[in-house]
Amino acid sequence: MIGFAFIAISLFTLGAGLAAALMPKLIHAALSLVLAFGGLAAFYFLLGAEFVGLVQVFVYVGAVAVLVVFTILLTRRDVKAEARFNWSGVVVALAVLGALVWAILRTPELAVAAPDPKILTVKQIGAVLMTDYVWPLQCVGLVLTAALIGALVLVTEKES
Amino acid sequence: MDQIFVNLKQQLLAWLIHLGASDLVVQIASVLINIAGVLGVFLTMFALLSVLERKILGRIQNRYGPNRVGPFGLFQPVADGIKMLIKEDIVPARADKLVHFAAPILIAAAAIMTLGVIPYGRNMTAFVIDGGILFFFAVGSTTELGVFMAGWGSNNKFSMLGAMRAIAQMVSYELPLIITTLPVVMVVGSLMPDAIVDAQSGYTFGVIPHWFVTKPWGAAAFLLFFISGLVESNRTPFDVPEGESEIVAGHMTEYSGFKYAIFFMAEYFGMFAVSGLAVTLFLGGWHAPIGLLEFVPSYIWFFAKLGALIFVFIWVRGTLPRTRVDQMMNFAWKFMLPMAFTCIIAAAVWFYAGHGIRGWLASLAVVAAVYLLLSQMLDTKKKFAKRTYRFAE
Amino acid sequence: MTPTLQYFLIASSLLFSIGLLAVLSRRHAIFILIGIELMLAAANLNFVAFWRFNPDPAETTGVIVAIFAIAIAAAEAAVGLALVIAVYRHYRTTSVDHLDQLKG
Repeated sequence: MIGFAFIAISLFTLGAGLAAALMPKLIHAALSLVLAFGGLAAFYFLLGAEFVGLVQVFVYVGAVAVLVVFTILLTRRDVKAEARFNWSGVVVALAVLGALVWAILRTPELAVAAPDPKILTVKQIGAVLMTDYVWPLQCVGLVLTAALIGALVLVTEKES
Repeated sequence: MDQIFVNLKQQLLAWLIHLGASDLVVQIASVLINIAGVLGVFLTMFALLSVLERKILGRIQNRYGPNRVGPFGLFQPVADGIKMLIKEDIVPARADKLVHFAAPILIAAAAIMTLGVIPYGRNMTAFVIDGGILFFFAVGSTTELGVFMAGWGSNNKFSMLGAMRAIAQMVSYELPLIITTLPVVMVVGSLMPDAIVDAQSGYTFGVIPHWFVTKPWGAAAFLLFFISGLVESNRTPFDVPEGESEIVAGHMTEYSGFKYAIFFMAEYFGMFAVSGLAVTLFLGGWHAPIGLLEFVPSYIWFFAKLGALIFVFIWVRGTLPRTRVDQMMNFAWKFMLPMAFTCIIAAAVWFYAGHGIRGWLASLAVVAAVYLLLSQMLDTKKKFAKRTYRFAE
Repeated sequence: MTPTLQYFLIASSLLFSIGLLAVLSRRHAIFILIGIELMLAAANLNFVAFWRFNPDPAETTGVIVAIFAIAIAAAEAAVGLALVIAVYRHYRTTSVDHLDQLKG
């Protein structure tokens, strides 16, 4: 059962990711990216990390994808240039994939089955975030504030 | 009587097991029964509401609503449904067919999925998820993508402009919507709607319920949540995306027939979902208002409160004019967001000053102080300048 | 067939190389950003897979790092897209082939 779910979700996600990388029209690629994010959220649910899956849908689909489509809208000019494709990138990507898969398959310690299902409640995540990881949490807050201010400054047109 | 639907479902599942079904089939059947129940109830409510809204709006405007089809016009949804189904489905010639087709489906799917985590009665939640509130907002925020797809797939400048305005409005008001739920989550200590409803049980002196709306931070948060819910469902006074005098029909311009009916249905389902969440978070879910009335089944109380909130939605629609786009954005970012943050602070003050009268007064002081400060600091006098008249010479 | 850890790691490497493909072979700036987001998401999947297959039940590091990585990815996407808009305003093009004025 879980094997079937794994195959289905991985086919869906990888297909959507491939479509996002290869489609000639930009807006179709952005919408396939949304599907890929949805597939990844399904992966997280399969692995039992429900909170991460929900955060993934919330942040990536609800915010990052909307940002991407808005930017596509605001920078639409040369439709022909969108479809340019360099085939040398395929060679490099295949080489990287080959190296990674070779490294994974050569490590026998990774061929373990899953231990008993871990139950990670939101309360546990909150407790850990506030005790062990409180400094990274504050830093992430600072980073997000800096990114917000930086993005605003970058796109504000100067009043000439 | 209270658990009649739960017992019905248990009987169905027991009958299935008796027929020799495997464990997996019983699980799938349980999920399907939940989904069918939620969909059945809310589709009927949608049909009923579409005619009730027109009748109530009509009464507010001193006229009858639809009253020809059936007794008191209650079969109007049947006539509306037949009309929508037999209309010609026009798709613009150069529109992106896949995107144009998928947009209403995505919006309707997002609206329906959010209905799954709301507790409708004792033990009557469709899907018990540990991060239920987060699931609600995560799925609700995919509506913006559907609105963009609708606007872009129509190949129409008005649609695109309307979609961008709609997304700007929805994104701005999503922040107060989510931040006003944070005080409740903080006080209860859990993201599960069932736990939030359980934390609102009990009565002081048997008469005053422990609902969060009876606390000052809860009342302020409820008001802010309700207003944000009005905006998220694109209802007047915030229906800039679909006002006919503004932008034809915004992102829904190029949709006809059944697809338009799906947009309509998605808007109403969004209204149900936001009202349901407001009832769960602030109005005590399925609890009775007084201790004496506990014998009335829990789902009756939930749907009574839901009906009251939807009546207020319709009432506001019939009464208030439409806001201007910049007024709306100013309101969101300059007033509602700071007030939402003060609700969190006021909830913390209430929690740590004891749950009694002292904490109540302290948090009321915090909320009132910030409100007065904001209303003085926000420079609204400039916007409402004195009208100057120019007459023809 | 129960998926072992290797299956999840191979799936995330495939997604990573698809993202790399998008970065290396497309010339439009937003396509490159899409590729970067795919690579980040694949790395996150790696973290959560390792968390799941960790025999210690009280260990939560993988999930916490994944949450932080999602937040940082959102910040990076915002700034990257703001950069694309700013560059488009100035050069009127989004093709990274034309942004070569600093070439020696």
